[in-house]
Amino acid sequence: MSAPRHFVPLARLLHWLMALMIIAMLFIGAGMVASVSERHEWLLQLHKPLGIAILLLVIVRLLVRFTTRQPPLPTDLPGWQVLAANASHVLLYALMLALPLLGWGMISAAGDPVMLGDSLQLPSILPAHAQTFALLRKAHGYLAYLLFVTVLVHLAAALFHAWVRRDEVLDSMLRGKG
Amino acid sequence: MVDPSPSSSRPPLSAAALTLRLSGIAVIVAALAGAFAYVNGSLDPERLTPQALVNVLEKNNGVHPGFRRNHSKGVCVAGYFQSTGEASAYSSAQVFSLPQTPVVGRFALPSGNPYAPDGSVPIRSLALRFTQANGQQWRTGMNSMPVFPVGTVEAFYQFQQAQSPDPATGKPNPTAVPAFFAAHPEAVPFLQWIKTAKPSASYATETYNGINAFYLVNPAGQRQAVRWGVVPLSQDAADATPPQGTDFLEQDLVKRLAAGPLRWQLNITLANPGDPVNDASKAWPADRKVLNAGTLVLERTQAQDNGECRDINYDPLILPQGIEGSDDPLLVARSAAYASSYLRRTSEVNQLPAKQESRP
Repeated sequence: MSAPRHFVPLARLLHWLMALMIIAMLFIGAGMVASVSERHEWLLQLHKPLGIAILLLVIVRLLVRFTTRQPPLPTDLPGWQVLAANASHVLLYALMLALPLLGWGMISAAGDPVMLGDSLQLPSILPAHAQTFALLRKAHGYLAYLLFVTVLVHLAAALFHAWVRRDEVLDSMLRGKG
Repeated sequence: MVDPSPSSSRPPLSAAALTLRLSGIAVIVAALAGAFAYVNGSLDPERLTPQALVNVLEKNNGVHPGFRRNHSKGVCVAGYFQSTGEASAYSSAQVFSLPQTPVVGRFALPSGNPYAPDGSVPIRSLALRFTQANGQQWRTGMNSMPVFPVGTVEAFYQFQQAQSPDPATGKPNPTAVPAFFAAHPEAVPFLQWIKTAKPSASYATETYNGINAFYLVNPAGQRQAVRWGVVPLSQDAADATPPQGTDFLEQDLVKRLAAGPLRWQLNITLANPGDPVNDASKAWPADRKVLNAGTLVLERTQAQDNGECRDINYDPLILPQGIEGSDDPLLVARSAAYASSYLRRTSEVNQLPAKQESRP
């Protein structure tokens, strides 16, 4: 059985849907913490349910990733680029999983009710503890910046494959039957 | 496995084409990074941010690690709220229908200096956290004044800037605050009140007003604009002995609570159509209907350095279902600025001065 040339359609759907959600989420978070207007409140009310949606989707996505076959990287790709590709994908998955959990954890550690909207309440995942809150809140912010930088590197690499190397890497995420 | 179209099989790009393509990638990445820098305020240094609001408080009062950046001196209290059920027709919040809801609160002085003498300001504040049986919470911060000096966060920021030390003298410019008030006629009701206000000898004898407007929402979805406050159920005779020392409020509170619980009535004032719900500097006419929602009973006190209230952010937009924030711009600004202050002080808990003894 030969290696697939494309990601399966479900993986591609999850990739592009989550790409939009994560970029939106990064901008929402950055704008929210720099605002004292009503924008702060409505962005916050968007940020929390969107974060939980990303958490659920990344779990589905990891299941899809481990149960389907991925197209291989081009054979002539230099070793350091193979390493960078693999490491950045591990980092992307780790951050997609960690950031919503840190957000949920920091609200819990602040002793705040974890509310998604007016009435839907999630359980607290940590006991109230001030120092834990401060640590998680800072990690949430710094790792969000790391995720943004990683997304930019990922985007630049995808375009480099498409426009400079002119290989099939970007195409494998854009189309095909799998 | 063999890559079906290795890049080496493609004709090499000319130097010009390569430069163009690499530039295209750089432009796209830079555009995204630039948009992000604009949104997070890096490219917009004039924007009023939560950090700027807290910074000006630190500038005026000094940095006191571990303490709140405003209302820094206070004391934790705990007790419960007994509902009359009167507000339950207007709001679906459990706090108004169930007989009893536990409360953790905090009395404080409205200053960013945790060592301010109790007699130095004529205002006292009370923050409350009601924890409903369903896990939802209602947090509110109230003050003993009837109105806020200003109605917008920009004006509040300018008011703080007017009190900032002048770099040349190290002291606030004495003409800055009068100039601020001259330019802000909305502060007149506050200034009229403060002219007659005296520092009270006790937290227990004060009325505390929520000042900002909220909406009560009933199960049918009807919204009623309200303001709330608590009124003490016992008043002292005119105080014969003026308070001594700098920390008399906490001593007085401990003494009173040793003798028995303290009670306040929670009053909820219903707005008429047309009453301002987005301007905390404007009072509502005195004839508005007032609900007696229940009784706040405070039973015990704890030192603020290690009491339960220490790690509570009394964010006025942490509300249960059945209570909603209004368009009052100070509400969202308080919520945003408190979050910034909360992160700073929770990062500094281990820098708090040596633990004081907890009081019963």
